[in-house]
Amino acid sequence: MKLLIKNGFVYDPMNNINGEIADIAVNRGKIVEKIDARDTKTIDASGMIVMPGGVDIHSHIAGSEVNAGRLLRPEDHFKDVESKSEITRSGVGYSIPSTFTTGYRYSKMGYTTVMVPSMPPLEARHTHEEMDDIPLIDKAAFPLLGDWWFTLEYLKDGLIEECAAHIAWMLRATKGYAIKIVNPGGLESWGSGKNVSSIDDQVPYFNITPREIIRGLCKVNKMLNLPHTIHLHTNNLGKPGNYISTLKTMESVRDLSYNEKPVLHITHCQFSAFKGPDWNNMRSGADKIVKYINSHTHVTTDLGQVVFTDTTTMTADGPFQYGLHQLSGNKWVNHDVETETSGGIVPFTYKRSSPVHATQWTIGLELALLIKSPWKVFLTTDHPNAAPFTTYPTIISWLMSKHARQRIFDKINRRTKRISRLPDIQREYSFNEIAIVTRAGTAKALGLNYKGHLGVDADADIAIYNINPKKEDPSKEYKRVRRAFNRAAYTIKNGELVVKNGEVVQSVSGRTYWADIKTKEPIKIDVDFKKRFKDYWTVQYENYMIPDKYLHAPVPFTIKAEV
Amino acid sequence: VIKMNIVRNVTCPVCGSLCDDIELSFKENKILKVKNACAIGEAKFLNYHQDRPKGPMVRKKGKLVDVSWEEAIKKSAEILLKASYPILYGWSSTSCEAIKKGLELTEEVGGINDNTSTVCHGPSVLGIQDIGMSSCTLGQLRHRTDLVIYWGSNPWGAHPRHTERYTLFTDGRFQRNTWKHYAAHSGITQLRKRYLRIKELTKSDSPPEIEKKTKQVHPMLPQKGRKMIVVDSRRTRSADAADYFLQVNPNSDYELIQALRMLVKGEELDLNEAAGISIELLEEIVDVMINCDLGILFFGVGLTMSLGKHRNIDAALSLVRDLNHRTKFLIMPMRGHFNVTGSNVVSLWQTGYPFAVDFSRGYPQYNPGETSVVDILSRGDSDAGLVIASDPVSNFPKKAVENLIKNPLIVIDPIESLTSSLADVVLPSTFVGIEDGGTAYRMDHVPLPLKKIVEPPIKLLSDEEILQRIITEVKKIKSERKQ
Repeated sequence: MKLLIKNGFVYDPMNNINGEIADIAVNRGKIVEKIDARDTKTIDASGMIVMPGGVDIHSHIAGSEVNAGRLLRPEDHFKDVESKSEITRSGVGYSIPSTFTTGYRYSKMGYTTVMVPSMPPLEARHTHEEMDDIPLIDKAAFPLLGDWWFTLEYLKDGLIEECAAHIAWMLRATKGYAIKIVNPGGLESWGSGKNVSSIDDQVPYFNITPREIIRGLCKVNKMLNLPHTIHLHTNNLGKPGNYISTLKTMESVRDLSYNEKPVLHITHCQFSAFKGPDWNNMRSGADKIVKYINSHTHVTTDLGQVVFTDTTTMTADGPFQYGLHQLSGNKWVNHDVETETSGGIVPFTYKRSSPVHATQWTIGLELALLIKSPWKVFLTTDHPNAAPFTTYPTIISWLMSKHARQRIFDKINRRTKRISRLPDIQREYSFNEIAIVTRAGTAKALGLNYKGHLGVDADADIAIYNINPKKEDPSKEYKRVRRAFNRAAYTIKNGELVVKNGEVVQSVSGRTYWADIKTKEPIKIDVDFKKRFKDYWTVQYENYMIPDKYLHAPVPFTIKAEV
Repeated sequence: VIKMNIVRNVTCPVCGSLCDDIELSFKENKILKVKNACAIGEAKFLNYHQDRPKGPMVRKKGKLVDVSWEEAIKKSAEILLKASYPILYGWSSTSCEAIKKGLELTEEVGGINDNTSTVCHGPSVLGIQDIGMSSCTLGQLRHRTDLVIYWGSNPWGAHPRHTERYTLFTDGRFQRNTWKHYAAHSGITQLRKRYLRIKELTKSDSPPEIEKKTKQVHPMLPQKGRKMIVVDSRRTRSADAADYFLQVNPNSDYELIQALRMLVKGEELDLNEAAGISIELLEEIVDVMINCDLGILFFGVGLTMSLGKHRNIDAALSLVRDLNHRTKFLIMPMRGHFNVTGSNVVSLWQTGYPFAVDFSRGYPQYNPGETSVVDILSRGDSDAGLVIASDPVSNFPKKAVENLIKNPLIVIDPIESLTSSLADVVLPSTFVGIEDGGTAYRMDHVPLPLKKIVEPPIKLLSDEEILQRIITEVKKIKSERKQ
């Protein structure tokens, strides 16, 4: 399909286009220099914003933990339903939407690519089956590799090249894209009901520390030339005083950076920036984290911004989820996965009146507003942990308008209000900065070269929002901002018009990216390996590997590794 | 000499254990030898081709007659479109790919989609929705568990390779196989029985000692290693192999679980017995539970379908949750059909609900008791049915069956069943996992591939293909009507 988007205010930070009026031409799913007017559909975007399609770096939308959340929470679905239409399938929300609904809702907000950040390798088929059922967005999944026995054993013995070769094999076996690490060492300990409490604790039986795991996998990541950095959920997440271990974690890989390139992504940083000795004296530790990130180049991060609502927490961090269950008394699902990882789910309501929840809300905003470079901090809610992804437009309005966030701030817990420094922060994001934290920056961090920008040859994933940056001041008219980002005027996916005026007009399926790593010598699948496989897992080697053809639309990301 | 082809690592399409290490030898489209499978699995692989219907049939003037696929599909689509509240039931013995098509069809015709968990582990689902569940994949148990409880389930009979592949008789990283202990245990039990019998025969005037001796519950309890507890209302073969067997009074599981919960919480019980079991023994059991490194409670239909139903499961899930304050404890339902977990899982991600999904208002609704098939049929609310990969006539309540066969009924099944003999349209399909591939989910939610081994004996379609054809036909008729 040929398309011409005319007269929009284009925000394309990667190509240094900042709100200039320009035309964008699309042919065969790609952005092209020029297009002749015959059989070309024209979209008049005058008075509107044109941006690359949104790229979400961290959102739990598919896989076994998400589905267990759906099972646990029928009450979450009753209040939010979507009827079948001529074009769309039916489904339910709210915090854990069904697959079709997930795709439609992302697309309505102008998002076109979403990363699924925690895939238990043994259940990778499940993740891919669900991702194939999510229409309108491209996807990729990060297998959980920080507590995998192979990783622990090789890193303990200092066999870094063997470790790299096996990680390359695992990414192929599970059709994964990046290395995800959750509470390194803690998940293996949780297998026997324990946890680690600092990055220098020993993991029982394995004689390795979280620090060694993080550093080891960081080196592996570089050896394999992976497009993304290691994607880390820190130790001690969600505990008062944990900002110290977050700082230690960031510092632990500083020397592994080269050419000032990032080597570590700290995900949902809000949960890792708590100060204070206990819950009663919990405060924001954002300032320390911000100071570190502003003065170093090797770390990127995303927010995990809290929104006051009823939601569902789900992570691979089994011990953290058990702690949250004890703290809240809410129902709890635990799911340990042999040889690899664990997982947990607890429903949760963030309340304005709670000093802890209110502090969490301020931490996210402080991180976003105080980290100077928007290329280092990205917008997420760690969907659905801090809030469902459907709250992104609200968060965008908070970032763009001091007035908008002040209105919420006025209603939060009094103690938090007294000690928070949020009201002192004057910064308001521009549309260009919003484009960076929601698409350009994330695409860059993920190494998705054809996404997050509108240059020639980029994928024709485009979002058009009905708001005029010349006439409307986002600082004052934050409600207009919210509405515009909530319902995209147009979303174009892969060159096809899929959303118009916030409604799905066509449903197309998305692609799945995976890292196809060419190592110099692939690991030998010999008798020894198979024997080890048989000892560690309860499924056969042949049934563990996911064949290419199992996925509906796989796109291998071919990479040459250094080992 | 017969030269045979061999396929390895075949997933067995029988029970929820989903063993994936089966080796099949076949020649000229016939499976001749089965390795590694249990007796049930072997029987299916060797006998699946018997009693197969020859082709699609439609009931005309009270008799099922052979028709073409086109006619049978068209008739099915018409039945479903004409109905205002059709039920689409079964799904547990087919692939996830077919289940997806089934959900699409149900949505298209605005019916009810329900799977067999409605009559097996439906109460487990309700329990989990109330309490949550502390669970794991089965390999975690192989490596770590030192206490295995089977409650209301008899793995020896229903999941024969469960203990050998996942729990007691496997070698894990941190826990060792305990078969030697069990071999010795059963050997010594046999010897003692013989000795007592001889003694009884030789000293006929002394009082019989068997009774007294066998009441000594667990003379062989090992100090170390894995232990097994079986709770059941009758003495099963699994119970014979257990370190402890608790013979609970029928329909008293709830009482027993709550007694255990009180003891776990350190409360004194002012009773001599609960649910037919002495408090002393229960105290000992609780000690074993608390002092284990990692315990697992497997529960079967004996717990979900006895008096109390989902309240039993609530209590069991709460017991395990409470035990997690003291040690690490996990719980898992023993799922029956090989892909009943898959039917829950697929329904969940597409609709948000695991079973009993009502599409009659255009969006998914869920209220078991109202939207579950047995209740709909018992009230007589539905006006047509499609049954796939199950045989409800043989196990539903009488009233429900009467209403099921009163209305037009479509059956998709590889074999002739009681339900298909009473149907109006019969659509014979291929056997998933033997004649067709796909995906299935093990009882612990681990997805595994099903293989196509041989061609079907005659030209048959897969479940997925049949459903796709009905969907296409339904859509065609709908658009024709619009014009």
